[in-house]
Amino acid sequence: MAIHKGIIRSRSISYIATILLIGFFAWSLNARADEDLHQILEHTEDEMEKADLNAGEIIIGHIVDAYEWHIADYGHTHITVPLPVILYDEGEWHFFLSSKFHHGKAAYKGFEIAREGMLKGKIVKRDADGNFIQPIDLSLTKNSLAVIIYSTIVVLIFLGVAKSYRRRERKAPKGFQSIIEPIILFIRDEVALPAIGRKHYERFLPYLFTVFFFIFFNNLLGLIPIFPFGANVTGNLAVTGVLALFTFFITTFTGNKNYYAHIFNTPGVPWWLKVPLPLMPVIELVGVFTKPFVLMVRLFANITAGHIIILGFISLIFVFGQASVYAGYGMSIISILLSIFINFLELLVAFIQAYVFTLLSAIYFGMAVEEHH
Amino acid sequence: MELVNPGLGLIFWMTLAFGAVFFILKKFAWPIIIQALKDRERHIEEALQAADRAHEEMKKLQIDNEALLKKAKEERDQLMMEARKLRDKILDEARVRANDEADRIVENAKVRIENERKAAMTDIKNQIAEISIDIAEMVLREKMKSPDVQKAYIEKLIEEKQLN
Repeated sequence: MAIHKGIIRSRSISYIATILLIGFFAWSLNARADEDLHQILEHTEDEMEKADLNAGEIIIGHIVDAYEWHIADYGHTHITVPLPVILYDEGEWHFFLSSKFHHGKAAYKGFEIAREGMLKGKIVKRDADGNFIQPIDLSLTKNSLAVIIYSTIVVLIFLGVAKSYRRRERKAPKGFQSIIEPIILFIRDEVALPAIGRKHYERFLPYLFTVFFFIFFNNLLGLIPIFPFGANVTGNLAVTGVLALFTFFITTFTGNKNYYAHIFNTPGVPWWLKVPLPLMPVIELVGVFTKPFVLMVRLFANITAGHIIILGFISLIFVFGQASVYAGYGMSIISILLSIFINFLELLVAFIQAYVFTLLSAIYFGMAVEEHH
Repeated sequence: MELVNPGLGLIFWMTLAFGAVFFILKKFAWPIIIQALKDRERHIEEALQAADRAHEEMKKLQIDNEALLKKAKEERDQLMMEARKLRDKILDEARVRANDEADRIVENAKVRIENERKAAMTDIKNQIAEISIDIAEMVLREKMKSPDVQKAYIEKLIEEKQLN
């Protein structure tokens, strides 16, 4: 049994590694494409207009957050859902729909969507010197709306499941309940209990359940390419960062004396590593912050990589199609097969990443409440 | 750069959304689910224990039953043995009585047969006597047919009488 589990784990690790590798490969390709774009931009702007397909741009455009929800293009018409823009600038609130920007081409009330630089893609204002300055931007972006929609779905599902638990007291699970129950039991018995210990695990269960199912459902819904799904929610640093911060704060606030003693006065370490140069405390303290940082980056990178690969395969069709229509049709067969394969892989990754995030959170909580030994 | 530059708005909405999900589920979903699972586990545990207990009791009952059965069997065997003994005794007695009866009947028969035989013998003797007399009579009649013989015989008889 342990060997079996080990094989599965090493396999999933190799899957993740493969995805990351391909992801980075796609990423470097994209970077190169960006460079090419800049070169073209500098030299011949007219030619740039003709070279209208840039896979890197398209892929990144699909992955990052946006002020409007792009659904499809039909000829020269962009079919998008405009979203509310909420800005606070110089003591004044501004509310308007993102359609006022005309897909990023126009400015409105002095605000525009930056097309280059550090703030690319964000709503900015130009100061007197022409530099970009950012207002306080609480716009309901594509990912914000997606998070709200997916959260609502998660809440509705689990209120329903809770209801069926109440209605079917002491009976075997049924319907959606029976899909959820093994996962709940898995998190409780295989994640929370071993990582935190019998004494404390129960008070962390609600958070661990929430974080697991939130990530899992957002990962899955992010894979459905039809509006209102398909937003790359868990592949966004803001989303993963907030989740990591929740874990960080819970760890910090539930940390007992033993946990802080371990950080500031690590037991079992020679004194000269602590005084006069506080080497160990500094390392431990850095560790406290790297833990949530790692949580944030891992989830972001994995999910983003998956989206990049799928979009990359789809883009290949059009890249080939530009050279020759027949090449495009030919490529479509390979691309579709490959993206189906990656989609299956992503289903696995959706679970694994939710599991990893939950497991690591549980381990951090376990460290925070560990009794003195 | 766009990819790693999170927007403040999204952080805000995400905190709000996730916080709300956490709050609502923590309040209205997880306690119910956790409690229900615990209840069910306890229920199953108890049911299993009850089944174990019932099994144990059954076993005990079975042992009791077996003992009872054994005892009943022993009793039955004893009863059977007694019955057999009684039967044998009755049979023996019957046999003895039957023998006696038979002996008596045979004795009676013998006596009767003896009587019959004796009667028959007497009868035969009588008949033989009668027949002898008859034959003697017939012989005499034959011999004494002629008057000369009768006369001779009478003379002889007279002679004998006179001699006496």
